Amino acid sequence: MIDRTELWIVIVALGLGSFGLRFVFLGLVGDRPLPEWLTRHLRYTAVAVLPALVMPLVVWPSATEGETDPVRLTAAGVTLAAAYFIKNVILSMLLGGLVLAGGAYWFG
Amino acid sequence: MAGPGVKSSFWTGVRDGLPFLLVILPFATLFGVVASDAGLNAGEALAFSLAVIAGASQFTALQLLQENVPLVVVLASALAVNLRMAMYSASLTPALGKLPLWKRAVCAYFLVDQNYALSVVKFEKERDLSLAEKFAYFLGATMPLCPFWYAFTVVGALVGSAIPTEWGLDFAMPLAFIAMIGPALRTGAHRTAALVASVAALTFAFLPFNLGLLVAAGLGMAAGAEVERRVGAK
Repeated sequence: MIDRTELWIVIVALGLGSFGLRFVFLGLVGDRPLPEWLTRHLRYTAVAVLPALVMPLVVWPSATEGETDPVRLTAAGVTLAAAYFIKNVILSMLLGGLVLAGGAYWFG
Repeated sequence: MAGPGVKSSFWTGVRDGLPFLLVILPFATLFGVVASDAGLNAGEALAFSLAVIAGASQFTALQLLQENVPLVVVLASALAVNLRMAMYSASLTPALGKLPLWKRAVCAYFLVDQNYALSVVKFEKERDLSLAEKFAYFLGATMPLCPFWYAFTVVGALVGSAIPTEWGLDFAMPLAFIAMIGPALRTGAHRTAALVASVAALTFAFLPFNLGLLVAAGLGMAAGAEVERRVGAK
């Protein structure tokens, strides 16, 4: 059972912290120009952070207690291939979801 | 500055954001379900979503809370997952930085993966958009996201354990993120960044407190920037 005091400390502190992270540049730096090396790095934020966030979840899914799951790997691969070639986010997700559901049906 | 351009920008944003409902609805519901499994009531789950609006971070915090790790570690890990928001914030600053402070605060509060991804592409492609049109587009893109994030957290918390875990809903977030990455891999520099970050994320997964994510993301960004510098590509 989660301690109620701890829960509310986490909710409030995480809320403030998350807002702080989102506000730091937009709010405090404002319209002052950023150095070129920084903007050059920032262009690659999404394509670096999202894969770094996703890879461990794909290779060691929590649902299988960290064991590599061929069905989830395949679903992820299909989603990536579809997203790269078709460039349609929803269609790609649906294809990946179908592989996941199909895999669970056949092997589950 | 308000005019037809602003209005149409808003609705373009709404339309562009709508497909993400397919991601937001199951994901928010899932958070509600997980929260209810962890013993949170609907109000507490909603408070979580209202305060944080960040799926991965909320899941991380909830999971660690259940494992009784020290509060400092819970917060550090959950914030580390959200560190990318600071990068999003910096990345949008050239486009939105001239807004009045309260509007920048509004943008900051609502800034999530999806409206960032949409806006950064939109602002890069259509450089002649006015400041008001950019703000309207961002708000439009937020409409199908955040309100539904709150609402379906509550739905999930109320539905609770009625949803079987074998449905593989845990994988909705990874698939959603992968689907978003695909179209972004436009240049060699982008592909290098993603590849380096992926390999590094697995290599440094042993690091405590989710630090592997930060190291991997940093390496990926540096790799992308370095390739761009050498090739001179944008």
